[in-house]
Amino acid sequence: MNSSTQAGARSALKRSVLPQGSVRGARGAAQAAPRRAPAPRSGTRTTNWAGWAFLAPVTIYLLAFYAYPMYRNVELSLRHYTVRSFVHGGAPFTGLDNYRKVLSDPAFGPALTHTLVFTGVSILCQFWIGMGLAVFFSRNFRLSATLRALFLVPWLLPLIVSASTWSWMLNSDSGVVNHVLHGLGIAPVDWLTSPTWALASVTIANIWIGIPFNLVMLYSGIQTIPSDVYEAAELDGATAWQRFWKVTFPLLRPVAAITLLLGLVYTLKVFDIIWIMTKGGPAGSSATFATWSYQLGFGNLLPEFGPGAAVGNLLVVMALAFGLIYVRAQRKQREA
Amino acid sequence: MKAQSIARRIACLGLAVAATAAAAGCSASKSSTAGDTGTGASTGGGSSAAGGTFTIWDPYPQFDNSSAWSQLLTKCGTDAGVSIKRTGFDTTDLTTKVLLAAQQGNAPDVLIVDNPVVSTLADGGVLTDTGTTKLDTSTISPNLLAAGQLGGKTYGVPIGANTLALYYNKAILSAAGVDAASVKDWPSLTAALAKVTAAGKKGITFSAIGTEEGSFQFLPWFWGSGANLKQLDSPQGISALSLWTDWLKKGYAPNSVINNTQTTSWQEFATGQYAFAENGTWQLANAKKAGFDYGILPIPAVAGGTAAAPTGGEFVTIPVQDKTDRYTTSQKLVACLTSADNALATDTTLSYVAATKDVQAKQVAANPDLKPWVDAVAAAKGRTSDDLGTKYPKISQPLWTAVQTALSGSGSPQAALKTAQTAAAAAIK
Repeated sequence: MNSSTQAGARSALKRSVLPQGSVRGARGAAQAAPRRAPAPRSGTRTTNWAGWAFLAPVTIYLLAFYAYPMYRNVELSLRHYTVRSFVHGGAPFTGLDNYRKVLSDPAFGPALTHTLVFTGVSILCQFWIGMGLAVFFSRNFRLSATLRALFLVPWLLPLIVSASTWSWMLNSDSGVVNHVLHGLGIAPVDWLTSPTWALASVTIANIWIGIPFNLVMLYSGIQTIPSDVYEAAELDGATAWQRFWKVTFPLLRPVAAITLLLGLVYTLKVFDIIWIMTKGGPAGSSATFATWSYQLGFGNLLPEFGPGAAVGNLLVVMALAFGLIYVRAQRKQREA
Repeated sequence: MKAQSIARRIACLGLAVAATAAAAGCSASKSSTAGDTGTGASTGGGSSAAGGTFTIWDPYPQFDNSSAWSQLLTKCGTDAGVSIKRTGFDTTDLTTKVLLAAQQGNAPDVLIVDNPVVSTLADGGVLTDTGTTKLDTSTISPNLLAAGQLGGKTYGVPIGANTLALYYNKAILSAAGVDAASVKDWPSLTAALAKVTAAGKKGITFSAIGTEEGSFQFLPWFWGSGANLKQLDSPQGISALSLWTDWLKKGYAPNSVINNTQTTSWQEFATGQYAFAENGTWQLANAKKAGFDYGILPIPAVAGGTAAAPTGGEFVTIPVQDKTDRYTTSQKLVACLTSADNALATDTTLSYVAATKDVQAKQVAANPDLKPWVDAVAAAKGRTSDDLGTKYPKISQPLWTAVQTALSGSGSPQAALKTAQTAAAAAIK
């Protein structure tokens, strides 16, 4: 039984793991082609051409929309661009100067810390709140479907709407949150305008927005766990707490891993919420790499494309590093 | 060649879309056929044929095609014998859009752009100077024209100007026993704020957000103290920032100013709870709708007199084209847009003050409310003037950061401005 549930969990994993799934799919297709060969006589060539033809759109798409922009962004970060050289060309190659400039910038340290804190705290809270709700909803009580749908609302709202609403609620003077605090006899907090609270405020808003995603992923993961495992555990006298830690959590691990990875990538690049709520302020106290990069490239009167691109690339490298760690962990798990 | 240029453009589009590619741009390869300026995504159809289509970009997305502004453009086009393709952009997007378009060799024929950007675009070789295009700027007030000048050349014509002043709520002032006429310098203003706060109302609201708006709003106080943008941490500069910081500490100004845009700051004033608001000419129409009696004061300098407020407002410019024969028509279009009658109509629509003395006089004759604004504009100063030009943006960013640092209490005004001066000096080196 144990092996069958593992297989079930794996197939759930396969369904959900996008990067790995696509790699496997491609390999599968390549293997399938020769196997299918016996059918038509002149098959090999035609299949090849057809194969390439099918491959062409996605290749062109990937090159045009991923590879080339990526290459241009790297190039942008390695040259010294002024407004003049941006328009007329001839920006001198300066190697890693932009990166040096960014790394030695007084804003770098705080931005890095903010990015890590924002991402770490957001993901941890989103994940565990999402997990709690997923377990809660998996009991399928009356109105649970309706309630679950309501929990999706933050996900469906355009970010500009939810971020503006948050910034309105957290306003120091007229915000509803401070109004409630006042009613409870607690001194008002300058949520968005004090350097100590600004990062916390945008993190809270981001957690709220991220919960539905975690809820949906983990809930569907729990659905794939067969109920007989729980029955067996119950017969063996496992408490609810034990059933969660010994059955649900281990069997959910593959889904949890992809949820965390996707959450990480989404959260690293969060820009709109912070920009709308605080513009990374006051004085950079809620700036992350994403907002800093935008600030450099577009937020000032005079764009600094080189350093802006350099910060963007650092962000890409961070996301990539976590992606690789994930792929590695997956491989180990599969080998085990 | 054609195919290649299309591929480039597609790639360029991809670039703009790429989520992490913060600073998107395409290699500086100009379209091989300079005439087809119309293939760019945003410009729409256009051809270089004589009497063809001329493109105009403006930062007034609030005006649709049925608006008076749009009709004026069409009329000017008809007078010049061409048809007009107009696109309105959000003002913060416009600079980037123009840079990308210029890089691709399909900049618009006429560009209306925020004044502190003009010197940057001119320095980037994107704009033609008025000598080349034979635009007449002789009637324009010199202090307004200065924002568009760089290295002895002028790169556009102001379509109108706006600036900042203090709106005040008459009912609140009289209830608190403050005579608006007594507010002549910083001490009398602070005293008035103290009285109003003591009477249970709120003092003053402004915008100190971490963008150009924050610097724009701080400059009247900064200049009014006698400080100069070349030395941010001068004692005068510190006194200006201390004035704002003290207002926040004493509760004369709400803490929300740190995150206020000029629009949200206005919304606070419009609640009728605030005695004063620092805001611009463009709010005049909203002030009439506010439902309470308001007055307007020029922003006082430290020891009396009117502080120089920064000029806002847009310039009409002619971007560089590969086909220089287009300039003749573009010049006709600009001359039409900035001619006395049309400027009067446009500035009335935009709630701006005109850039020439004659038209200003007409505006005041039609609407006496505009008198304090015309005076304020006469005392105003371009942000890029004082020979700062393209250095201004590099000073402005450290300045607004310093304002935010001091107001949020994470540093003293002295320390914040000292850091700002170090950063600005390094940036303009």
